[in-house]
Amino acid sequence: MISDSYYRRKYVISGMAIVIVFVYIIRLFYLQVIDQSTKDQADNNALVKQTIYPSRGLIYDRNGELLVFNQPIYEVTMVMREMGPKWDTLAFCKCLQINREEFDERIKEIKDRRKNRGYSRWTPQVFMSQLKKEDIATLQESLFLFNGVQIQKRTLRDYTYKAAAHVLGSVGEVNQKDIERDDYYTRGDYSGRDGLERTYEAQLRGEKGVEVLMRDSKGRMQGSYHEGELDQPARAGTDLYTTLDIRLQVLAEELLSGKIGSVVALEPQTGEILALASSPTWNPKVLVGKERSKNYNMLLNDPTKPLMNRATQAMYPPGSTFKTLQALICLQQRAITPNTLYPCSGPQSTPIKCTHHHGSPVALDKAIEQSCNPYFWCAFRDLLQKDGYGDENEAFRHRYELWRNAVMEFGLGQRFTDTDLSEQSAGSIPSIAFFDKYYGKTGWKAITIRSLSIGQGEILATPLQLANQAAAIANEGYYITPHLNRNDSMRIHRHNIDIEEKHFAAVKEGMHMVMVNGTGRHYAIDSLNMAGKTGTAQNPHGKDHAIFIGFAPVDDPKIAVAVVVENAGFGATWACPVATMLMEQYLNGELKRTGLKKKISESVLNESVKKW
Amino acid sequence: MRASRNGNILQHVDWPTIGIFLALVVFGWLNIYGASYTFDQTSIFDFSNRAGKQFTWILGSLFLGSVLLLIDYKTYDILAYFAYGVMLLLLLATPFLAHDIKGSMSWISLGPVSLQPAEFAKCIVALTIAKYMGQYDYKLRTWRDLIVPFAIIGVPALIIMILQRETGSALVFAAFLLVFYRQGMSGYVLWVGVAAVALFIISIRFGAIPLPLGSGSVGILSCMLLLTAVEIYFICKEHRMRWQALILTGSVVVIYGLCLIVNIWVRVPFDWISMGIVIALVLYNIVISLYWRKYFLLIVAAFTLFCIGYTHACDFVFQKVLQPHQRIRIEVLLGMKEDPAGAGYNVNQARIAIGSGRFFGKGYLNGTQTKLQFVPEQDTDFIFCTVGEEWGFVGSVAVLLLYLAFILRLITIAERQRSKFTLIYAYSVAGIFLFHLTINVGMVLGLLPVIGIPLPFFSYGGSSLWGFTLLLFILLRLDAARMEQLN
Repeated sequence: MISDSYYRRKYVISGMAIVIVFVYIIRLFYLQVIDQSTKDQADNNALVKQTIYPSRGLIYDRNGELLVFNQPIYEVTMVMREMGPKWDTLAFCKCLQINREEFDERIKEIKDRRKNRGYSRWTPQVFMSQLKKEDIATLQESLFLFNGVQIQKRTLRDYTYKAAAHVLGSVGEVNQKDIERDDYYTRGDYSGRDGLERTYEAQLRGEKGVEVLMRDSKGRMQGSYHEGELDQPARAGTDLYTTLDIRLQVLAEELLSGKIGSVVALEPQTGEILALASSPTWNPKVLVGKERSKNYNMLLNDPTKPLMNRATQAMYPPGSTFKTLQALICLQQRAITPNTLYPCSGPQSTPIKCTHHHGSPVALDKAIEQSCNPYFWCAFRDLLQKDGYGDENEAFRHRYELWRNAVMEFGLGQRFTDTDLSEQSAGSIPSIAFFDKYYGKTGWKAITIRSLSIGQGEILATPLQLANQAAAIANEGYYITPHLNRNDSMRIHRHNIDIEEKHFAAVKEGMHMVMVNGTGRHYAIDSLNMAGKTGTAQNPHGKDHAIFIGFAPVDDPKIAVAVVVENAGFGATWACPVATMLMEQYLNGELKRTGLKKKISESVLNESVKKW
Repeated sequence: MRASRNGNILQHVDWPTIGIFLALVVFGWLNIYGASYTFDQTSIFDFSNRAGKQFTWILGSLFLGSVLLLIDYKTYDILAYFAYGVMLLLLLATPFLAHDIKGSMSWISLGPVSLQPAEFAKCIVALTIAKYMGQYDYKLRTWRDLIVPFAIIGVPALIIMILQRETGSALVFAAFLLVFYRQGMSGYVLWVGVAAVALFIISIRFGAIPLPLGSGSVGILSCMLLLTAVEIYFICKEHRMRWQALILTGSVVVIYGLCLIVNIWVRVPFDWISMGIVIALVLYNIVISLYWRKYFLLIVAAFTLFCIGYTHACDFVFQKVLQPHQRIRIEVLLGMKEDPAGAGYNVNQARIAIGSGRFFGKGYLNGTQTKLQFVPEQDTDFIFCTVGEEWGFVGSVAVLLLYLAFILRLITIAERQRSKFTLIYAYSVAGIFLFHLTINVGMVLGLLPVIGIPLPFFSYGGSSLWGFTLLLFILLRLDAARMEQLN
């Protein structure tokens, strides 16, 4: 109430206060209402999402036998900051059975930010990983002595049998590509790298869970956020029931030991793969944990290429086993009838000599039984020349195309696309374009491609395709894509073959006779009513490959088998006994011919094949 | 009319002010509990944590306030100079008695607690200024009359800044400029202060002009444009020449337009051109001032010339004179440098804390930024973060409005006094609170550089709370006695 001339200045001063507060309110409005970025930044500051790893699905065989399971492994972590002066380094080393130098070395590695980017003194750092239960047992008991040390559990794969390594595949750390392709993965995660583990990764891996924890400014964990409101439990992976019969699989691998080769056994009506063996192989346990990369490199550098799944990836000329298909196609396309006779002059036959001695002329059943080369050459020639050659060779080339399509109906010359087998080769049934390129459109005739008549030359097939071919014959006109998952989802992949049933009967009879009078007779078991066809694939690099396809029993086939033994010579000598023993094991539930089993499994055809 | 000396004190005390004071103290105390709240938190009254300690300080403050209300109002007038002398001695002695706390030498230990004498200095300086400027025969007419008041605030400020290394506490004395202004100091002094800060920021903030548009520094050019406007304004205002204003402005625009056209062929040094224009205007100004004998305009001319030099000197000062940590703080604040882990850490975390509170806040004791201690000093200088994070926009605005009401109330109190002593003291109190609020909240909101001064009644700390209590309750005592006082 002092009246002085500067009285009005109170308005200026009050105005300043009002303007300042108003400016601050605008700033607050910007920060708290308009700017959206800070909410996430606060969450990034304070919330840590800790992953909870689900346990991976187990893998069983067709009889419920456990094949793959999880073993716990342990990680020792330490928080550097909590290691006080009383921390007894020597005692700690003793617990983990390491020496002082190793300890110091490891600590140096942890603290090296170039190698360990996320290093913080406040957060747990992995000191040692992938330890077995027995490795950490001592430490576990005296853990209370070591401040900041924790033991964390993770899981690794373990295997009941040291078999089926190729089929089961393995689990390994994800690479950069996986992380980019699928945002489920983060660095350090595991995923199926090959085989079933890869195909059924999505099913087996389950769903990672997350636990939202709060972290203070120094990186220390301070408990769960909002009483775990945002937490998500991990969902365990779903178990996988496979079509494998583990006893058959083990037997197959045993019989192949010391040899390079492969076995595929199918259930014809369902396309289920009963056994799929490739030799050389390895013990699946060696591609697990600490030793994985070392062992993987060893397998990678092995000259016998054990990592290659020969049952699905190796390609061979099918040799005489192809005659079964040849007969079916020639019958269906009316080039021959079961009663058509062709002469055979044995080894003097031209253009293809016969390797067996039998009467002449021969009909179809006898020709299959005796694997008569001249018969199939004549049949193939008559098929291709049925309409003559035409002015521009077009009639012949058209016939060839029909023949090739018929062959491919059996699944040859292409990959099975509707299956769960990961690694496959396509094989090859040469196309018209292929021959046109080499000989010109008019430059090739039936005689040019005569080796195709007996499954040699440019035809290539994988053992899986051969087994599928046997199954298709056993089924008399269809096959279901070979697969490994035992649920019904795969059974719908039925492929019908455009060949009349009666023709199959003739071929099946021929194949049955092979096991009675023909090349397979020495190893047949009459009560099982086997049918089969031996083959010997010419190999320009060395001794011939022994091949056998077959099924049993003839009337109601339960198993179809294909066997390839590389550089073994006659199919009848090496591949046929392996196949018949597998049939015996599967159909009778046991193998009585132990002497034969011992003899085959102990014979070493290739010295460099490693034993496991 | 005369009230009995002490008996009726409760009738005359300004209860609205006490109400706001209590609201601020209690809300501040709750937020200190929130800011120092951790997971194994004890009671809000536990002396081992900061909220518990603050509770003790609050009780002490209420006791202090009551005692102050009982003391005879004349005591303050009588003891002002004596207290000032004692205070100077104490401030001088402090660095020798103090131990180093974060580079500051301003804390004296008294057993279990530490005191910061600088917090009490504000109050004593305010009383001294009030006594000196409130003398019957004191009139603020010329610059000479301000020499003593500037000395009264300057000496303790320099001691605190140089000996105790507490720049923040020393800057608070700038609040007395408001008092001087109220008492008749020219408003231009405030404007010069604002202009100095603005020119400094503009000249260092902006880099070179983009090449196609000519050469030179954007900062210098902007400053010169500003000075051109100031010159034209004053020339025309003082000489009442409206049409000349149009001619002058028009000429300047035409010159810049011509430069832009020339710039197509030859790159024009715009900073030199703009400086030439300003100097031409200054010369014109001097000529007509001498002619019309309007000497005030000579001051404007001198000021403009000074500004030209100042603008060029700013860059030099910024690069060569300022300490590296001060330079970084300014650069971070002006957005010239991103340094979220270093100097910008506090400010960035404070921004995140406040921003993440959104409109309604995360709820009391639910702030992740504060609870997990991401903001350093969050219960002292950065306490406003906790308000922003846990109480949101609504809570922050409420607190700001509460402070605004408080300050406006203090101005109202000041203006109803009969005694010049009390009026000046009241404006000192209002100015000090306004200064603390402005600097502290401005810093937390990232609008001002980080200067460590507390938010009155909110920030944790006994010294600051008692210092502000002293300041406020002396005023309330003087106000309660306003009817007894002489003009």
